[in-house]
Amino acid sequence: MCGIVGLFLKRDELRPQLGDMLTDMLVKLTDRGPDSAGIAIYSQPGEDMKITVQSDTPEADFDGLDGTLSDALGTGVTMRVVGNHAVIRVPAASGAAAVAHLETRGLRIMSAGTSIEIFKDVGLPRDVAERFGIRGMGGSHAIGHTRMATESAVTTLGAHPFSTAPDQCLVHNGSLSNHNNVRRRLAKKGVRTRTDNDTEVGAAYISSRISEGASLGEALEGTLSDLDGFFTFVTGTRDGFGVVRDPIACKPAVMAETDDYVAFGSEYRAFADLPGIDTARVWEPEPATVYFWER
Amino acid sequence: MQSLDMATTDLREVNATLQAQTSASNQTEWVIDNPRGAHAVAVGLDTPISVTVRGSTGYYCAGMNAGATIHVQGSVGPGVAENMMSGTVIVDGDASQYAGATGHGGLLVIRGNASSRCGISMKGIDIVVQGSVGHMSAFMAQKGTLVVLGDAGDALGDSLYEARLFVRGSVKSLGADCVEKEMRAEHLDRLADLLERAGADAKPSEFRRYGSARRLYHFNIDHADQY
Repeated sequence: MCGIVGLFLKRDELRPQLGDMLTDMLVKLTDRGPDSAGIAIYSQPGEDMKITVQSDTPEADFDGLDGTLSDALGTGVTMRVVGNHAVIRVPAASGAAAVAHLETRGLRIMSAGTSIEIFKDVGLPRDVAERFGIRGMGGSHAIGHTRMATESAVTTLGAHPFSTAPDQCLVHNGSLSNHNNVRRRLAKKGVRTRTDNDTEVGAAYISSRISEGASLGEALEGTLSDLDGFFTFVTGTRDGFGVVRDPIACKPAVMAETDDYVAFGSEYRAFADLPGIDTARVWEPEPATVYFWER
Repeated sequence: MQSLDMATTDLREVNATLQAQTSASNQTEWVIDNPRGAHAVAVGLDTPISVTVRGSTGYYCAGMNAGATIHVQGSVGPGVAENMMSGTVIVDGDASQYAGATGHGGLLVIRGNASSRCGISMKGIDIVVQGSVGHMSAFMAQKGTLVVLGDAGDALGDSLYEARLFVRGSVKSLGADCVEKEMRAEHLDRLADLLERAGADAKPSEFRRYGSARRLYHFNIDHADQY
């Protein structure tokens, strides 16, 4: 199982409600995967790099972290602690150095980018959203996932979304059967993954293709030939989101579009509260077909 | 007309109420409001009552129907009318995968499109899809009729037994052991009857018929690569 939701706003006035709308969608799909939940939310890209980190001992790890990091980088740093996550802002030029420093301190990098923030944890979508105050977050587009674990342990790091490049993320319903081979092939190219999870390999594959010059659409097309297994993928970038299903397409997917938004859901239930859904165009994405929306 | 509002009534209570109707009941017309994509709406009905669902449903709507007429004024999720025995299920919108799977009888009408595996392992149900159907439709279909006014996706009728398939539009590809067959008078009559009962505006002469070549019924080493 697993449940996926996605929402891409076309009307700017809805942006303050993005977190609230997405949380409602995700909570509806709780029974598709009660193990863990996660949300990637994209706001207006800024000048700074935002690094979202997680810690199992946040009180100790986050205490004074901004000052320590600022000293290490020799630049200004701001930090917002949200539960066991912290969103750290550094000038974009110091982004890579900041990520390296944070990793040496044992912090887990959830995401990095000018727009993206990822919050994920074990627990029900309702509780995870509450923990991180997702309902109060605005933005342009967001992706949520509720997980029924199959390929790796129920841990924060095993939760979706997975981010393997700045401002990119992937969520997945299904299971990949050749992820170990693909992981090895990517490792030879210097692409690093942090977990044993199959979806992270999918994310790293897409990031790797994009870093080699492929468009998002081409990278998603590539999953159809290079990844083996069952998948409905939803991927986020700074500018939009994309959807692709494997050719067998046994993992469910439904989409809705109005003048105000494009929405993705594993099931129609996720859309029931969206404004204007009764007159929206609702359809099932075709197998082995790439869809993406960018602004 | 009796009304059940799923905004205030639990799914189990909705289904139990409908399942409790008997042929002696004079409450034969029911409306369900606010399904909001719920699973298993109006399942297991075994009395010839009429149920109108005002909105879209999730998985397994109208499953195991025996004799009821269920009309969904919206779209349905996977497995609509799965294992239907008799009666009629009408969907005004689209149907997700495996619509009418394993159905033994009755009529399923989908006014929009049906996605993959429509009529998989059907065993006597008649299905009329006014739009198109996705890949692997009528996979291992044993008996009954699948009528498609639009197009069919890849591998139509793969490993087909004795179900009859009629497609008006294009067929992307035929599955193993599925072949085009001659349209005879008896098929045109059957098609005319089904199109009329489904309220579908199409002429029987516009369709092509597909069926089993019957080469896979018994294992033959020469056909091993087709299994």
